[in-house]
Amino acid sequence: MKKEKKMKLSLPEVELMNSGHMACQGCGATLAMRFALKALGQKVALCIPACCWSVIDGPFPYSSLDVPIFHCAFETAAVSASGVKAGLEMVGDKETTVVAWAGDGGTFDIGIQALSGVAERNDDIIYICYDNEAYMNTGIQRSSATPYGAWTTTTPVKHFKNRPKKDMEAIMAAHRIPYIATASIGYPEDLVKKVKKAKEIKGTKFLHIFAPCPPGWKSQPEDTIKLARMAVQNAIFPLYEIEWGEKYTLNIKLKEKKPINDYLKIQGRFRHLTKKEIVFIQEEVDKKWERLLLCVNRSK
Amino acid sequence: MKKVIMGNHALSYGAKLGRAQVIAAYPITPQTQVVELLSEMCADKSLDAMFIKVESEHSAMAACLGASLAGARTFTATSAQGLALMHELLHWASGGRLPVVMGNINRAMAPGWSIWSDQNDSLSQRDTGWMQFYCSSNQEVLDTVIQAFKVSEKLLIPSMVILDAFTLSHTYEVVDIPDQKKVDEYLPPFNPSIKLTPEEPHAFGGLTSPEHYFELRYKLQKEMEKAPALIEKTGKEYEKMFGRYLGLVEKHRCDDADLILITSGAMGSTARIAVDELRKEGIKAGNLRIKVFRPFPFEIIRNAVKGAKKIAVVDRNISYGHHGMFFEEVKSALYGYSDGLPVFGFITGLGGRDITPSTFKEITQYTLERDKPKEEIIWIGVKL
Repeated sequence: MKKEKKMKLSLPEVELMNSGHMACQGCGATLAMRFALKALGQKVALCIPACCWSVIDGPFPYSSLDVPIFHCAFETAAVSASGVKAGLEMVGDKETTVVAWAGDGGTFDIGIQALSGVAERNDDIIYICYDNEAYMNTGIQRSSATPYGAWTTTTPVKHFKNRPKKDMEAIMAAHRIPYIATASIGYPEDLVKKVKKAKEIKGTKFLHIFAPCPPGWKSQPEDTIKLARMAVQNAIFPLYEIEWGEKYTLNIKLKEKKPINDYLKIQGRFRHLTKKEIVFIQEEVDKKWERLLLCVNRSK
Repeated sequence: MKKVIMGNHALSYGAKLGRAQVIAAYPITPQTQVVELLSEMCADKSLDAMFIKVESEHSAMAACLGASLAGARTFTATSAQGLALMHELLHWASGGRLPVVMGNINRAMAPGWSIWSDQNDSLSQRDTGWMQFYCSSNQEVLDTVIQAFKVSEKLLIPSMVILDAFTLSHTYEVVDIPDQKKVDEYLPPFNPSIKLTPEEPHAFGGLTSPEHYFELRYKLQKEMEKAPALIEKTGKEYEKMFGRYLGLVEKHRCDDADLILITSGAMGSTARIAVDELRKEGIKAGNLRIKVFRPFPFEIIRNAVKGAKKIAVVDRNISYGHHGMFFEEVKSALYGYSDGLPVFGFITGLGGRDITPSTFKEITQYTLERDKPKEEIIWIGVKL
């Protein structure tokens, strides 16, 4: 008898996200949730503050997710999760993983105080920031996660964003929490691996997922995965882990670091940039990459 | 067991006897002793609770909401600026139907910085959908925390137990601390029918269209309307078990009074002394202390003032551009029910200025000398 060859899936088969959600075409945040839930499984509770996902999930009485959700106040994702975790423990549920799931505005800006408090106490939650680099749900306003040079409705081309993206990983590393990782919807296996790893660690875990946004980035929906992969390969968004604020590990090594030009070119939000500005951005990316390699090498 | 304790510790003992399971709080004068004692109780395991030592009052309330949604009994305490910082989440608690119980020490709002008592902090939160209990003794503070858990969890509406800065918070009084077993009998464990659990996934508080939002608010009000009767019922049950009635108002010599002084909070006990002294002088005064401000006890106030000739409402707060807030509410309750009964509105004691028996005598004098109030606000004790 011929032996049947079984195809092996590189991602968990479980699907906790259903069709019928309210996301835009080519939404990176939607993939981020789908992959994260594959890694987390059913025994999970989500705290979602104001962000695209508070709409994507669907209006009352619908939900596109098969897991419980606490839609919480904008600036409270992290501490709402701490509260849920404490509450569950006190009613006898010590197993459920509690996840704060917030956008970049809710993380880098308005939610950073509560997040810092949670991290300093090392409360046992996973904090996941899906980063589309601006306030997309309110119609593309700049956040402190918006990169240098980008157009948004509050950084018009005549006065584009002239400050760098906040280094959230460095801020979180300064809290000496057990686990920090960057991840990308362009690298789902790496993303799932990191969420699974975070699930097994006690204490505060911070995951930062790069999630392109076609309407906000003025890019084509079919380029979402491409953009996510390019941002890793040109080191605009490198994939790495930090353990206890000190041990850096690079997960996707770059044989050849790609230039940023092609990445910028297919996004309308960067269309206004002159050569001089693009050179400046490249220099900044290079410097940041060198700094990261230094941290990685020091950890060896 | 009788103990001599400060008002702040009465809150802590109330939370302990109520078996709060998750406590999240941030220190602010004059609230600190509440959380200091609770920290000790959690540390020495005399209270089986998780204490989340948050970085702000805003996070304190957020943590309580998360824990409450998961089905745990939650408690916090704050004051003034801290309460104001929580404002957004006070709406979240009532809108989310999460029965958090919170102690608030009445403290005046800055600027200028003040740590002393007035009611503008809690009264500024009157429209957030919380029940508000204004206490006048440390005993009442302790008892009310236990009752508040019971009422809140039945209605799924949060409660604020309120006491005056220093006059109660830091003043030591004899307090009867009830037996834990009896409290357990009075207050069963919190067991909501719907909660946040992976066993039965629900999305709480998501996007709600005009098709549904209106009814959610209607239901909140309908439950709030059940509160007065429930407070009286649970207050009577409490009296049966512990010998102290916990009602909506407290009446002192109101039945045959010509003049009723309406008060709230710790000044209620001062007013009682003043009333007794006035009676000795032949003035038929009485004191009606409003304990529950939300829901507002319309019915009981209308009945209590039926035989009176004049009413004087004494406020330790102000709604700028309007009146003292108890004055507004009393007039609104009496409108159409009191046949032109004159209601005088006094404001005194802002920012912790002392309110003494002589304050009430001055108020009485003013009221007796006039047929009806000539001023929108009658200020007592302003030094210009």
